[in-house]
Amino acid sequence: MASLKELKGRINSVKSTQKITKAKQMVAAAKLRKAQAAAEAARPYAERLGAVMASLASKVAGHEGAPKLFAGTGKDQRHLLVVANSDKGLAGAFNSNIVRAALTQARELKAQGKDVDFYLVGRKGRAPIRRAHPSNVVQMFDTTDVREPGYAEAERIVAELMEMYDAGKFDVAHLFFSKFKSALTQEPTRLQIIPVPAPEIATASQAAVEYEPDEEEILAELLPRYLKTQVFGALLENSASEQGASMTAMDNATRNAGELINKLTIQYNRSRQAAITTELIEIIAGAEAL
Amino acid sequence: MPLHFELVTPAKLERSEDVYMVVVPGTEGDFGVLEGHAPVMSTIRDGALQVYRAEGAAPENIAVRGGFAEVGDNGLTVLAEHVEG
Repeated sequence: MASLKELKGRINSVKSTQKITKAKQMVAAAKLRKAQAAAEAARPYAERLGAVMASLASKVAGHEGAPKLFAGTGKDQRHLLVVANSDKGLAGAFNSNIVRAALTQARELKAQGKDVDFYLVGRKGRAPIRRAHPSNVVQMFDTTDVREPGYAEAERIVAELMEMYDAGKFDVAHLFFSKFKSALTQEPTRLQIIPVPAPEIATASQAAVEYEPDEEEILAELLPRYLKTQVFGALLENSASEQGASMTAMDNATRNAGELINKLTIQYNRSRQAAITTELIEIIAGAEAL
Repeated sequence: MPLHFELVTPAKLERSEDVYMVVVPGTEGDFGVLEGHAPVMSTIRDGALQVYRAEGAAPENIAVRGGFAEVGDNGLTVLAEHVEG
């Protein structure tokens, strides 16, 4: 049985932990609202660009001169897995879920005899992926110096990816991130980004549209932008998911701390009473003996 | 009849308003868009969009980088990666 003093110390320590988790929960709730607003604001651009891409892609598909980014390299031997994680922990299973999805995919691809490389965004995915595939991490993109990953980061990531693609370092790229469903559920998601899949939007055949320059040149110009939008969208989803996961995790932690405090307090009171009772018995026994 | 003009960046819907005319710096030359313009898709070179709120009014310049313009039934939509000013 722990002494009274020890119990008191433990109660205080759990109380301060609870304060921290509670603060983190409230911060996450505020940030979540911001992240959701950002995701909302990014939607019009993504939708419009998606619609334009869909109508262009349906025209160019199957043509000889379709851009490489769209048509692919004709092989699918070398796979690049782009894994987007956060820089901070305290978000429950958020990061490990994404990492697990990526590692499962890597295992499947390896079983099929493909080459797998990793491109990591964010700090939290580095350790587990490097442990599993020490020699296959080709690039780690650092987001620690920015508060929230934004369009500038998406641009830099896509520029690096395009460079690697042009240098023939991979044939197919998939992006792993967490899709935000609600504050309670986030879904690890895999998205093929290179070659660019044609967006599936039913386009009513419009009136004759004039293209300036021609369709293929516009498509070649828009593809990298579309890619950036996809990566940007994924980063936004990820940051909303991170805050959601963090909020839920911290809510649980706060509740657990509360339960622990109650339990310890009861234990503390019992021991205190026991000590008093023993003391009384000793005094009475002493008095009777006289 | 006014022209419906939208300027969208990845971060947000920058403008959505009715104007008289917009002069777009297309890759293959500037073109003005009035209401009822035929459908066009064009890439934009880095430069300034000139927005005329009313006929004969002084234009407002909006510098854009990495742009793309689409004219359809619902007016002119400019997608730009960066907007300055």
